[in-house]
Amino acid sequence: MFRPMHELKAADALGFTLDGRAMTARAGDTVAAALLANGVEACRQTPVSGAPRGPYCMMGICFECLVVIDGVGNRQGCLIPLQQGMRIETQAGRRQPDAVRA
Amino acid sequence: MNTLREIGQLAEHYDIAIVGAGPAGLSAAASAAELGLSVLLADENPAPGGQIYRAITTTPVADKCVLGEDYWKGGALVTRLERTAAAYAPGCTVWSVAPDETGGFELGLSLGGQARLVSAGQIILATGAQERPFPIPGWTLPGVMTAGAAQIALKSSGLVPSGRTVIAGCGPLLYLLAGQLAAAGANIVAVLDTTPRRNWLFALASLPDFLLSPYLAKGLKLMLQARRKLPFRTGVTALAAEGTDKVTSISVTHGGRTETIACDALLLHQGVIPGINLSNAAGCAQHFDAVQHCWTPTVDDWFASSIPGIAIAGDGAGIGGAESAALRGEIAALDAACRLGRISEAQRNAKAAPTQAELARSLRGRRFLDLLYRPAETFLAPPVDETIVCRCEEVTAGQIRDTASRLGVTGPNQMKAFLRCGMGPCQGRLCGPTVVELIAQAHKVSPAEVGYYRLRPPVKPITLGELAALPPTEAAVKAVVR
Repeated sequence: MFRPMHELKAADALGFTLDGRAMTARAGDTVAAALLANGVEACRQTPVSGAPRGPYCMMGICFECLVVIDGVGNRQGCLIPLQQGMRIETQAGRRQPDAVRA
Repeated sequence: MNTLREIGQLAEHYDIAIVGAGPAGLSAAASAAELGLSVLLADENPAPGGQIYRAITTTPVADKCVLGEDYWKGGALVTRLERTAAAYAPGCTVWSVAPDETGGFELGLSLGGQARLVSAGQIILATGAQERPFPIPGWTLPGVMTAGAAQIALKSSGLVPSGRTVIAGCGPLLYLLAGQLAAAGANIVAVLDTTPRRNWLFALASLPDFLLSPYLAKGLKLMLQARRKLPFRTGVTALAAEGTDKVTSISVTHGGRTETIACDALLLHQGVIPGINLSNAAGCAQHFDAVQHCWTPTVDDWFASSIPGIAIAGDGAGIGGAESAALRGEIAALDAACRLGRISEAQRNAKAAPTQAELARSLRGRRFLDLLYRPAETFLAPPVDETIVCRCEEVTAGQIRDTASRLGVTGPNQMKAFLRCGMGPCQGRLCGPTVVELIAQAHKVSPAEVGYYRLRPPVKPITLGELAALPPTEAAVKAVVR
């Protein structure tokens, strides 16, 4: 849904994964911006109904861009700078008992 | 300027702590540091500038025409701060401000996943504005964002919406964003103006003042450019986003006619309101500003709040725009220095006088804009029952209306207890104004009579680990140890 105005230079590119899929984005992007630049629209499901949601405000107030980063849930993607090798996961709805045990 | 990247680098105490590195925070910090005060400027974002000057030092958008000359003015504020000895902590969230035993304040902060408590003699909250919630059916679908969000993606990452883009709402930022995105090559298939036509009647009395204001030339140019180049529809009275897993079209009613427009992105905006979560949680008195139609902290001419020692500068204390925010930060810093006994009242007054005059000039014409771009009732209190109001807890307009009228709920805090609206992670930021509006409508009273959420720290979620690692106070230990 978004595209970069400028071509990504190799020197500026950071590699990361979303749910195991390899992606690249520009150094300096936040996690939420990196996802948008890779065509990702929904980054979580809500805990109430399981509806898909994507980044909405990009300034840290709406909490729609919550994702799991390197195993830690409920991180605000729009406030966290992307880093090389980050493992990002879609935050799936309500926390399940199995997930807590794991 | 001393940039702090780790929480351990923070000092135990600062003369003044400033929250937010937008125009108000940057100029307050620079001004206080130039007066010899020890300054902490804490900001949640990775780089200075706030939202208006977002990524001013790091933006990849090299073509200066895209963001416009007003954006680039922000660089001077950062340059000024860089020449001082102020401590600047990016990526640092302030989640609590409370009075301590010494007559100063204790701040709860998090940086890099670790929390700390530091003390400060004076506080300036420069937490800025947020976009007013725009609750329409389907506004929670992926692909629907605020106009401000698209602008942030453009400024900080050079990202442009790639598909068919619809921009909807009202207010000067709408025209500015439409122009910026068009200049950046976005495919804008419609700009839907929701400004109620009768607003002109109310705004007209303030027109003479506006004609003398600095906004005029700028605003007219923006609007004319946008209208000439882009597919505009005015007099929009109903709007809905449609799609199952993402927005695929919008339904819009204007001039009594409803049409469907296929799109890949919908950008919503109906003005900005003060971000009040931190000032409200700190206990600063708030009132309902009838002209700007929003809850606003009550401040005096020096931007001092109802709590001595806490000032609120910039749009967080009422919308005035970027230039006025910087001036208000400057004035608040002078008053803080005076309260700390570093300058006399006479010195404060003399130093502030030219800034105060400039501030009066910069605010000229603001009332006209406030009245002209006041959102329509139908976009403040959504008439369609299925419209989600509280995005976090998925509470609808119909539920709130029903609970207000049938169960006689008269205030937002009681509504919270019944429906959980405002209890999700955003802590009411995206539903508060709408909940107030719906209750006011149900009981036929003003939003001022309904009140607002009573907010409490932490105003941003922190982990249990962060909390547990804080040193316990004597009172805290006594509360649990027998």
